Amino acid sequence: MENAFGQPQNVVILGGSSDIARAITKKLCAARAHTVILAGRNQTLLDEAAREALDYGASKTDTVIFDAEDVTSARGAVASAFEKAGDHVDLVIMAVGLLGHQVHDQSDVAAATRMMSINLTWPVAALTEARNRLVAQGSGRILVMSSVAAVRVRSSAYLYGGAKAGLDRLCQGMADSLAGTGVSLQLVRPGAVRTRMTEGLAEVPFTTGVNEVAATVIKGLSSADAVIWSPPILKYVYLILRHLPRPIWRKVMDR
Amino acid sequence: MTRERLSGWGRTTPTIAEVQNPTSEDAVAQELSLATGAIARGLGRSYGDAAQLSGGVVLLNRALGGIGAIAADGVVTIGAGVSIEELLNVTIPLGWFIPVTPGTRQVTLGGAIAADVHGKNHHRDGSLGDHVLEMRLVTPRGSFTISPTIEPELFWATIGGMGLTGIVTMVTLRLHKIETDKVLVDTTRFGDLDAVMAAMVAGDDDYRYSVAWVDCMTKGATMGRAILTRGEHATRRDLEQTSLVAPGPARLHVPFNAPSGLLNPLSIRAFNELWFRSAPQHREGEEQSLGTFFHPLDGVSDWNRLYGRRGFVQYQFAVADAQAEVVVRAIERLSSSGVPSFLAVLKRFGPANHGLLSFPISGWTLALDLPVGPSALPGVLDDLDEMVIEAGGRVYLAKDSRLSPEAVRVMYPRLPEFLEIKNRIDPRHQLASDLARRLHLVGK
Repeated sequence: MENAFGQPQNVVILGGSSDIARAITKKLCAARAHTVILAGRNQTLLDEAAREALDYGASKTDTVIFDAEDVTSARGAVASAFEKAGDHVDLVIMAVGLLGHQVHDQSDVAAATRMMSINLTWPVAALTEARNRLVAQGSGRILVMSSVAAVRVRSSAYLYGGAKAGLDRLCQGMADSLAGTGVSLQLVRPGAVRTRMTEGLAEVPFTTGVNEVAATVIKGLSSADAVIWSPPILKYVYLILRHLPRPIWRKVMDR
Repeated sequence: MTRERLSGWGRTTPTIAEVQNPTSEDAVAQELSLATGAIARGLGRSYGDAAQLSGGVVLLNRALGGIGAIAADGVVTIGAGVSIEELLNVTIPLGWFIPVTPGTRQVTLGGAIAADVHGKNHHRDGSLGDHVLEMRLVTPRGSFTISPTIEPELFWATIGGMGLTGIVTMVTLRLHKIETDKVLVDTTRFGDLDAVMAAMVAGDDDYRYSVAWVDCMTKGATMGRAILTRGEHATRRDLEQTSLVAPGPARLHVPFNAPSGLLNPLSIRAFNELWFRSAPQHREGEEQSLGTFFHPLDGVSDWNRLYGRRGFVQYQFAVADAQAEVVVRAIERLSSSGVPSFLAVLKRFGPANHGLLSFPISGWTLALDLPVGPSALPGVLDDLDEMVIEAGGRVYLAKDSRLSPEAVRVMYPRLPEFLEIKNRIDPRHQLASDLARRLHLVGK
């Protein structure tokens, strides 16, 4: 069970081998996380993340393999993760995502569809199953990794941004639907983060490391904030960016 | 049956459960036999997650009422859902007081037994469990009469057992004879912690009731300045006019949740200053009503809402006399970290009883109310856990909402015995609470 400070004991992480997910997991384990179930695509990376969780203080870890391009795998993956966690799941983190290669993907129907599947359809299917289970449990939290890219979609990454925008808006509604169920959902909107996913890309303003994102998320978990921005200042930066006239927006953001 | 959102008095970590309101011992047994997970709940005054069970069944004990006739020697049998307030309304006019009362009348007898509550007289009279002659307990293995001589193992697992051995339906205890509804109180102000602790060691044995309020917000020479209040029940000879009237209901209430930052270092410091200054340097024999002396916070119902939406935690620990410096170090740690603490209460404990998970041990206890919010707080309390463990002490489970399973195992060395008894009467692990899950007190 989660304690009074929002520190969970039993955690399921979907997309558990991503750099941000691993940074968050480490911090959760250093606090009270006891059981950590990591689900993802690559067994080697998941095993690495599981070892890391144990190093940081977890006493039990397990892994679940799924393919986010196959939407039908979502339900089973979540069910299996919950069973492996055992009694009660305090926190589900949705960290499945793929940045893709916009220039290539935008002219390829299969690639564009794949971006939707990984960033939107599979996460929604998995969140639906997780939501059912947590509501039946009478308590629990869901943390969904969105992105500032979801706030206003840029032409240079509209497949990723668009899919995240869909997930982000859908989760706002899902969060409201959970009122009174004992379950809550929080969105995380990080800015650019130095990870394997963004390696080789030019660095934009307000870029942070994964540990800064993780620290902001951990702080956010003990609050009731519906959206956790990382770094927090982006909340105000995007208040302005969101309302820029299109020609200026294109000039500023679509470089 | 309704699904309700339940939390403890600290208003942290609410969860949803099915709430049942059984009206008899048989009904309790029936509900328990149907439930995969169940826990009893009284008035919800435990601070953390002891009386809630996410996704399970919560059995309210409030319909288990009834107060029997009081025998000449003060022995009375009471329904476990009766509150101390309801009990005192009946007994005070007849010249009887409860042998042990916590700082609020708003707890049920069942809950008071589950927490094995203590009061200002622990150094003399022990905790409530020491005054229980007999009780009825519904377990998954059947309903039993238990006492220090009948099923003593199950009895002492239930005293302080956080409701995890079953649902108490009826309690027999011996009341304390009083001649008036007044307490004669001596109050003394102390400039620092050492002085008040020395005074308590020297003089507490001369008083039935003793407790000190400590200011945790001052540093340096005045660190831990304190107000010590000690008292005795007034006899007929002490007073010109005597009466036997039970304390009235709360006159004030908090109509809405205060903003979370209302109780901050600044406002708490100001309050502490005011409270300290308003106490007399030294005053003897002041007449106080039973309610004023024992239950000062009951004057305001819902005072927990002052802590705002994020709620608060209470941290109460006990250490042996030889480890008294842990009290000093704990207060130093808090005052140096800038974590605000409202109302720190210091008290001496007498010897422990046989309760396997009962909290009091001979020595000192300090209780701290801490608003949730400061990012340093979780770490500071983890540090205090380590200090307490090193000193062979423990933290009170009825107040807890943030301990780790590992810490509890060291703090309560008789936990394995408790779990063995629990597994015997509850082989399918039906008795559980969010606290029990969090601290791994329920087998699986």
